[in-house]
Amino acid sequence: MGYTLNFAAVWRSFDQLLEGLLLSLGLAFVSILIGAAIGLLVAFALISKSGWIKRPAAAYVTVIRNLPILVLVLFAYFALPQMGVRLGKIESFIAVLSIYSGAYLAEVFRAGLLSIPKGLTEAGLAIGLTPLQIRVSIIAPLMFRNVLPSLSSTVISLFKDTSLAAAIAVPELTFEARKINVESFRVIETWIVASGLYVVTCSVLAALMRVAERRLAVPR
Amino acid sequence: MSKVLLEIQGLRKQYGIVEVLKGVDCTMQEGEVISIIGSSGSGKTTMLRCINMLEEFQGGHIRLEGEEIGYEHSGSSRRRKSEKDIARQRALTGMAFQQFNLFPHMTAAQNVMLGLVKVKKMARDAARTVAEKWLDRVGLASRADHYPGQLSGGQQQRVAIARAIAMSPRLMLFDEVTSALDPELVGEVLQVIKGLAADGMSMLLVTHEMRFAYEVSSRVIFMNQGVICEEGDPKEMFVAPKTERLAEFLKTSSFN
Amino acid sequence: MMDFSAFLDQIWIARFAILKGLGITISISALSIVVGSLLGVLVGLSLVYGNRALRFVVRVYTDFIRGTPVLVLVLASYYVLSTIGIELGPFQAGVLALAIFCSSHVGEIVRGGLQAIPQGQTEAAKAIGLTFRQTFAYVLWPQALRQFLPAWVNTAAEMVKASTLLSVIGVAELLLRTQEIISRNFMSLQFYFFAGFLYFVINYSIERFGKYVERKTAVPA
Repeated sequence: MGYTLNFAAVWRSFDQLLEGLLLSLGLAFVSILIGAAIGLLVAFALISKSGWIKRPAAAYVTVIRNLPILVLVLFAYFALPQMGVRLGKIESFIAVLSIYSGAYLAEVFRAGLLSIPKGLTEAGLAIGLTPLQIRVSIIAPLMFRNVLPSLSSTVISLFKDTSLAAAIAVPELTFEARKINVESFRVIETWIVASGLYVVTCSVLAALMRVAERRLAVPR
Repeated sequence: MSKVLLEIQGLRKQYGIVEVLKGVDCTMQEGEVISIIGSSGSGKTTMLRCINMLEEFQGGHIRLEGEEIGYEHSGSSRRRKSEKDIARQRALTGMAFQQFNLFPHMTAAQNVMLGLVKVKKMARDAARTVAEKWLDRVGLASRADHYPGQLSGGQQQRVAIARAIAMSPRLMLFDEVTSALDPELVGEVLQVIKGLAADGMSMLLVTHEMRFAYEVSSRVIFMNQGVICEEGDPKEMFVAPKTERLAEFLKTSSFN
Repeated sequence: MMDFSAFLDQIWIARFAILKGLGITISISALSIVVGSLLGVLVGLSLVYGNRALRFVVRVYTDFIRGTPVLVLVLASYYVLSTIGIELGPFQAGVLALAIFCSSHVGEIVRGGLQAIPQGQTEAAKAIGLTFRQTFAYVLWPQALRQFLPAWVNTAAEMVKASTLLSVIGVAELLLRTQEIISRNFMSLQFYFFAGFLYFVINYSIERFGKYVERKTAVPA
C-alpha cells in the first residue's frame, strides 16, 4: 500500500468544498420549495374523485418515480435546447429537481391527507367553510404535521440528489470534490472529507426536522 | 305566534341501489326541540346530515325559513347549488357530531373562532370575545387555551357545541352527541343541551338517550326503515305507543 | 414523419449498442441487488440482535452510507480502491459501490420488518418452548419477510435507477451508450426519450411486480 494520509491539500481547498456544499444546499432548498408546492397540488389531485384530475396526476407521479434522475438531468440540459428551451446549468437542474421532488413529495403528502379523519372536513363544512378554506385552515396544516417524519427522509434523499448536478458541471460539492481529487491526487482524503460533509449535513437536516416535529406537535 | 322554521317534503336518499330515506315529511316550528329516535339503519342520522348537505339527496325538498336547501329547482330538473351558496346555507344550521371532530391543531378558543373569522369575517379580537362567552356558557372558560388532546371527551363535545352555537345558527343539529362518551361524561353534555333548550334554541337531536329525549323534547319522531313511523308528544308516545314497531323499539331500548 | 423514420433508422443502426447497454444495466442492477441484499440481511440482523459493540459499528456504517450520495460512493469507490492498490475496473468498482448502498437500505428494511413484530410473538413462542433459533425461523422471519418483501422489490427499482450513475465513471451501460449514440447522430431529444422509456418500462414492471408480491404475501384477514 504505502499510502500515508495527508489532509493538507484538502484543507487548502476546504473553502472550495464549503462553497460547493453551500450551492448544494441552495439547489436543494429552492427545488424542494417548488417541489413541495407541486407536490401539494398533485396530492390533492390524487385524492380527487374526478378521474380527469386524478389520472394525469397519477401518471406524473408514476412516470417521474420510475425514471432515473440522471436521465432527466441530462435530458433537460442537453436535449431541451433542441426544442428551443435553453436554460442555464443551475436553472435547468433546479427545474429537474423540482419536478422530481414534486412527484416524491406528492406521494408523501397523499398518505398524509388520507390519514386525516373525514369528520374534520364535515365539521368545517358544518360551520360554513368552503372546501378551499377547509384545505387551507384544517387539512394542510394537519397533514404537514402528520408527514414530518416521512418528509425528513424524502428531504434528505433529495438533498443527496443534488450531487447529480455534477454531471452537468454545476460546481456543487461532488463536482468540487472530484476536481480536488484530480488536481491534488489526495484521493482518499478528498472523498473522506467530501462524504463527511454530506453525512454531517444530512444529520443536521435530520436533527432540524426532528426539532420541527417536536415544536409543531399538537399538544396533548 | 310560532312560525315554520324547517320544512321537509318527500325527502329521498339512496346509496347506489339501497334506499335509506323513502320520502320523509316533517315540519318544525321555531323554538321546537325535536328528538329523532329509531334503531340503527333507520335513516335518522342520514336525514340530519341531509339538512346540512353533508349528504346529497336525490328527491324532495328541504326548506329552512322558506329557503330551498342544497338544490336549485326549475320545472322538473334540479341542480346542486354553488359551493359558496351551500357553505352559506350550512352556516345557518349548526351541527355537533358523535366524534366531536374538533380540529386537533387548534385550541378550544381557536376552534370556536375559526368560523367566526373565516365565514362571518369577524375581527380576531371580536371573535375571541364571542368564543370566550360561549366557552364560558358551556362551562369551559378556563380551558379556552387548551388543545382538544388535553381535554376529556365530555369537554371536547362541549367545545364542539360552543363552536356550532357561536355561529348563531337558526337551527342546531345534534348527531348522537353522547354515543362516543364514557357514561360518567354524558351528563355534563346533556346539561349543556338542556340549557340551550331552555333558551329557546330550535334543535333537532338524533339520540339513543330515551330518558333525555323524554325530558327535553317538545316532540319525538320515531323513524323506521327510512320513513317516519310515528311522531308526537313524548309524554304520550313513550307511555302509550300507537304502533307495534315503536312499542317493540321502546322495549329493547334503555328507557323504562 | 420523416423525423420519426429517421429516428427508427438510427435505432436500428444502434441496436447492438443499445442491447449491450441494456445488458450491462441489468447485470449491474442484478449483481448489486444480490450482493447488497446478502450484506443487507447481515446488517439488519446485527442491528436487531447484535451486541452493543456490533450494533454501534453497524449503525455507524449504515448512517455513513445513507448520508452519502450514491454518486459520491461510486466516485469514491472508483478512485479510492485503485489508490490503495486494489485494481478493480470501473464495472467492479461501481457494482461494489451500489452493493454497499443497497446493503444499508436492505439493512434498514430488515430491521424495520423485524422490529415491527410485536414482543408478544416472541413471548408466545417461548411459552410453547421454542428455542431462539426456532422462534426466529418459524415465527419472526416469516412475518418480517411478508412485511419487507414489497419494500425490497422497490429497492430493486432503486438499483436500476442508481445503475445510471456508473456512466459517470465510464461503464458502458444503457445511459452511456445512449450518450455515445447521441454524439454520433445528434438526436439528443429522441434518444434521451428512448432511454427514459426503456428505464420506465423496466422500473414500472418492477413496481407492478412489487404490488403483486404485496398482494400475494398479505396474511389473509
